[in-house]
Amino acid sequence: MLRISTPILFASLGETLVERAGVLNLGIEGTLLLSAFSGFVTAQFTGSLWLGLLAAVLTGVVLSLLMGLLTVTFGLSQHVCGLGITLLASGIALFAFRLIYGGASTPPALEASFSTLEILPGTSFAPLLSQHWLTYVSLLCVPLVHWLLYRTAFGLRLRAVGEQPEAADTAGINVYKMRYMALILGGAFMGLGGAFLSLAQLGAFTHGIINGRGWVAIAIVIFGNWLPYRVLAGALLFSGVQALQLRLQAQGVALPYELLLALPYLLTIVAIAFVGRNASYPAALLKPYRRE
Amino acid sequence: MLKLRIERAPAPLWFRAVIPVIAVLATFILVSALVIVAGASPFSAFFELLINPLTKTTARADILMMATPILLTGLAVTVAFAAGYYNIGAEGQLYAGGMAAAWVGTQLQTESPFLMIPLMLIAGFIAGMLWALLPAILKVRLQVDEVVTTLLLNSVMLFLVSALLNGPWRDPVSGWPQSPTILAAAQFPVLIPRSRVHFGAIVAVVVAIVVWWVMSRTRFGIEVRAVGKNRDAARFLGIPVGNRILMAALISGGIAGLAGVGEVGGIHYYMTGTLSPGFGYTGVIVATLGFLTVPGAIVSALFLALVNRGAISASRELDVPVYLGDVIQAALLLVGLATLLLGRYRIRRVR
Repeated sequence: MLRISTPILFASLGETLVERAGVLNLGIEGTLLLSAFSGFVTAQFTGSLWLGLLAAVLTGVVLSLLMGLLTVTFGLSQHVCGLGITLLASGIALFAFRLIYGGASTPPALEASFSTLEILPGTSFAPLLSQHWLTYVSLLCVPLVHWLLYRTAFGLRLRAVGEQPEAADTAGINVYKMRYMALILGGAFMGLGGAFLSLAQLGAFTHGIINGRGWVAIAIVIFGNWLPYRVLAGALLFSGVQALQLRLQAQGVALPYELLLALPYLLTIVAIAFVGRNASYPAALLKPYRRE
Repeated sequence: MLKLRIERAPAPLWFRAVIPVIAVLATFILVSALVIVAGASPFSAFFELLINPLTKTTARADILMMATPILLTGLAVTVAFAAGYYNIGAEGQLYAGGMAAAWVGTQLQTESPFLMIPLMLIAGFIAGMLWALLPAILKVRLQVDEVVTTLLLNSVMLFLVSALLNGPWRDPVSGWPQSPTILAAAQFPVLIPRSRVHFGAIVAVVVAIVVWWVMSRTRFGIEVRAVGKNRDAARFLGIPVGNRILMAALISGGIAGLAGVGEVGGIHYYMTGTLSPGFGYTGVIVATLGFLTVPGAIVSALFLALVNRGAISASRELDVPVYLGDVIQAALLLVGLATLLLGRYRIRRVR
């Protein structure tokens, strides 16, 4: 369950930061795919997993910067631009995938992927605590993001920009710069999420490696009311149900397995419906800021 | 010395008409990088992409065939966005419509296409509407953001389709996860001989005309657009905002469902899990590039179909991956949006 949650957690945390600053980045799905791909390709051609990780993070950052250019600087519709970026990034990833690997029937795989890190082996905690190190990082990122948002001046400025950019601007905060910073951080997180899938969990790359998890991250941010710990809960809930589905499927339960696959999505919708009423949207979400 | 000043005023009309051309050119220049990486020359690529398909009758027919579903989803998205309702769920609604059409097409025992086809269309429209109902109600009653709900339901619908096609609805004849083939009466007539242009194209055109007329000539349509432009002002005017959003969302879902009907009735003749390679999302591109107008949507749908058909021929002739079409589409969307901004400034000489 922790393993499944990692990419979702990274993506959700990244999106939380971004949305807190007032930008809805719908480009997650495509960003994850292209990051996973670029990380994979880099790792395969350089032989270094770390360079692959770096490439993935850079990809996430670049795509988020593009989002920033379109929505922060140009002030275009965040919905459409985010979708456009998802489509663009997915298209580029698949284009390059086909170009480099042809129509291979078996997915290309790395020789060695990031291995799991075992903490306290031999104890009864061992099964829980032998995760990829990126999973531990993702969990550590939750208090990190919380600290960043609530205990630092940076976080305060970021939240101000997301709630009342006019007031923030009057107070001397550069709204554009803050939004860009949020996007850069968010993009880095998304890069990590994508890298986890292709470099750690699978050690390979396929078309469907992301499989809709980018969209789920957006939902989880709302479910988590833009609070890092609630987002963690949401990510765990979602991946918990998915893990349950895998377990039930392995035991040959009679339910069609697609129903179980759909369950986390349905639950998320239900959850959002309940949370939706009290959702404390960052007030300036979706509104481009213009200095008049 | 010549001094120029940039003002924030609408650009001259002739310039604004040129903007789409600028967008297209800029997109192709950007995409050239990818083409070069793939080992082909940009010029030959663009020839294959844009010119070549227009020269061959089979390719031209293919363009009409490919434009049909995306015109319908584009219209669906146009209607929704016009109300300010971001329906990203056209993909799922399309599948819902396809399922309904396949169900009618296999269950209804009749020899008459005049009975069968309209029923398929109605069933598909209703199915698309139903799939759009939940997010719409959540939005109108509970202010739940429709972007997320429509998106998630896309995935849910794909699972649902897979479950049905792998289980109770699997085709006993072929054994593949697809529905049984629809009856002959249900198969859409082909419009152009020896092509795959089917009746769905006529449906798309009719829907386009209806949507245009409703949105611009009826009180309902104007109210919907008012809601989209300024919700509070609309409410102030006495327009039932919630109702209009709901109606727009439902109509949008229905039209997307019709796209699914077309694919089942006109292309495949059965329901399959791979009915749509993202037509719902392409619809967003069509609607946006069309400036949320019907004529714009028609032009965009045809242009995108041209690009996609061209990408296929480019992949055959030049060995450039066919995904180039998808990249161009997405780039066109982003570049198109960005170049729109150019229309907001004008250059004046300062003395």
